[in-house]
Amino acid sequence: MNETVIMLGNEAIARGAYEAGVKVSSAYPGTPSTEISENLAKYDAVYTEWAPNEKVALEVAIGASIAGARSLACMKHVGLNVASDPLYTFAYTGVGGGSVIVVADDPGLASSQNEQDTRMIARSAHIPVLEPSDSKEAKEFVKLAYEISEKYDTPVILRTTTKLAHSQSAVTLCDRVEVADKVYERNVSKYVMMPASAIGRHLVVEDRENRLSEDASALAINRVEMADTKIGFITSGIAYQYVKEVCPDASVLKLGMVNPLPKKLIEEFAKKVDTLYIFEELEPVIEEQVRALGISVKGKECFTKQGEYSANLLRRVLYGKDGATFERIDTPNRPPILCPGCPHRSVFSVLNKLKIHASGDIGCYTLGAVAPLGVIDTTVCMGAGISMLHGMEKAMGKDYIKNWVAVIGDSTFLHTGVNSLINLVYNKSTGTVIILDNRTTGMTGHQEHAATGKTLKGEDTYAIDLSVLCRSVGVPNVLVVDAFDVATLEKTVKESVSSDTLTVIIAKAPCALLKGQKFPNVCVCDTEKCKKCGMCLKIGCPALTKQADGTVKIDETMCNGCGLCMSYCKFGAISKVGR
Amino acid sequence: MIKNIMIVGVGGQGTLLTSRIIGKTALAAGLEVKISEVHGMAQRGGSVVTFVRYGERVYEPVVEEGEADVIIAFERLEAQRYAHFLKKDGVLIVNDCRIDPMTVVIGAKQYPEGIIETLKKKHSVYVIDGMQIAKDLGNSKVLNSVVLGYAAKHIGFDKESWLETVKATVPPKTVDLNLKAFLEGYEGV
Repeated sequence: MNETVIMLGNEAIARGAYEAGVKVSSAYPGTPSTEISENLAKYDAVYTEWAPNEKVALEVAIGASIAGARSLACMKHVGLNVASDPLYTFAYTGVGGGSVIVVADDPGLASSQNEQDTRMIARSAHIPVLEPSDSKEAKEFVKLAYEISEKYDTPVILRTTTKLAHSQSAVTLCDRVEVADKVYERNVSKYVMMPASAIGRHLVVEDRENRLSEDASALAINRVEMADTKIGFITSGIAYQYVKEVCPDASVLKLGMVNPLPKKLIEEFAKKVDTLYIFEELEPVIEEQVRALGISVKGKECFTKQGEYSANLLRRVLYGKDGATFERIDTPNRPPILCPGCPHRSVFSVLNKLKIHASGDIGCYTLGAVAPLGVIDTTVCMGAGISMLHGMEKAMGKDYIKNWVAVIGDSTFLHTGVNSLINLVYNKSTGTVIILDNRTTGMTGHQEHAATGKTLKGEDTYAIDLSVLCRSVGVPNVLVVDAFDVATLEKTVKESVSSDTLTVIIAKAPCALLKGQKFPNVCVCDTEKCKKCGMCLKIGCPALTKQADGTVKIDETMCNGCGLCMSYCKFGAISKVGR
Repeated sequence: MIKNIMIVGVGGQGTLLTSRIIGKTALAAGLEVKISEVHGMAQRGGSVVTFVRYGERVYEPVVEEGEADVIIAFERLEAQRYAHFLKKDGVLIVNDCRIDPMTVVIGAKQYPEGIIETLKKKHSVYVIDGMQIAKDLGNSKVLNSVVLGYAAKHIGFDKESWLETVKATVPPKTVDLNLKAFLEGYEGV
């Protein structure tokens, strides 16, 4: 074996879990963590699943660990918020078989709602954190994480960031090592976290963290690269690569474990260099702890807490200029948009026409916030759209929400939206909730969920019927509408927002990018009939462009023939033809 | 020596496959390779950029302003957006295609006229109508292979190595068509 291949950071993490003998993995998709589970599912030896949310995923991993197997849970940074309830107490129980939680941070917000730093949560939960800086380390650190987990009886977090997760570099493959399951023994003081047990476990947690901190100075992945001593850097993860790129001759303390910190190693390193920089993306987690040791450093006064770092950022701080030769040319922005043939566009075009505000959620449909559709007014977190609508009604009365709805995707609804809906039923809401059911988890690249009828491994399974689910929790009025049937949708939305009955409208149509979708037709615009009114352009479909003479042209390679533009043309200028 | 390649375009144009073929070709030549990709929300019709870096020892996975040896742009506006990433003597390959961003569709912004001419004043620019060639070959989906073939001459490596990696990377059913498309870009233009 020992073949060397290039792998995505996430693919390497999956490989590491496979090689480490992981038996059970559970996750909810979230950029930039999704590809870990997708790649892990390819190995028959590992049971891999999509859970409805990250809390469930972590609890599955905890159960597998206590039963004695090596287990894994994967999520994005905000997913850890959902999973933080089991997380904090998992630190107390410790593990049976080794357990690792991969958490992917998103500095620069490539696809997220905030830039929170997982290391802060890990510190408060007293869980060790490893942070790799390329795919090779990603694989190796996963394996090391299981050793640490079992040696110190603790869950371990492997923290990645977008650049690491979505970069490819060389990885040398090793064989899987089958690890013998730990033998389960009933242990109430370890696994039943009631006060009398937990009080003792808290002391165990403190002791463990002290031991880890001591041992961290001798840990090989906390590495000193001694060179010129005028400048020294303490850094970790992808930021290490930028330091090496810009200052190959500087001394570096590269931290592979970023919680707890190796205090002795840091003190020794600091003594040897004249100026010490802490180069870490997001929060000053390392910096504040190093300052607390009484060491003088340069950190966030030089480097921002916001966004991704780069070599040029470091060059600008150190040398006052970056490597650019040419001036940037001012260019119109190209923000992400809903795809041609996207069913969300159809629903939003109706809401836009009716001047209805939407309490939104997390998914592709968040893009309904921007022009020209501009119907989403709020987005906070998964599931929040429904509960926030309820809060508005309770604050301002039922008439206030007569021009509001909540919109949420099918996968997000099953994630945490269903809890919010139960609250609406229980506390007598009169609101309207639209479930945008496109039969997939769209934004993250089409993952199965509990209502698609397929598992992550591609096996057939029970598909939850969303309308039955909504009725069973007590929603009095549940309506299923074809998302592209604009006339029915308009009538349905109008009626339900004006009524005092809690209504769920399930707007169904598959995601245009879903595998196996066929698009036999395209829309064409007859420029003779086109009156240049621009109505069709208001739906914001990228396949449509306004030509120099004001008429509309439809790009045949982009158009998926959904016919939404046709529904809005009053002059019959647009028609559907066979491809 | 590190070589820095950027592939820029509009989400959905399939730039990921192009960067992977370049990366695999460099890996086959025994070099260290790093590739950086964009996933998630940005892919939905937004401006998308991927990076390939290779050489003896490569640290960061991204190409930064002033470092690009070759930029392959699948759309004109995206060529303009990233042109300042070029090195002084860097090469810009442009697929002659226009996709209006939503800001232009709704009339908030104008699509700039004469992008190619403007870029030619400062940079070495090579233009190819990849879509026309792909359509002539009978499938618009091989656009990427046509453009990559055209760019390959400016990147380096021998023709056989390229053909090997194209063969190993594209979906099995499409190998012949993609090889033909690559060669059309490599030799035909």
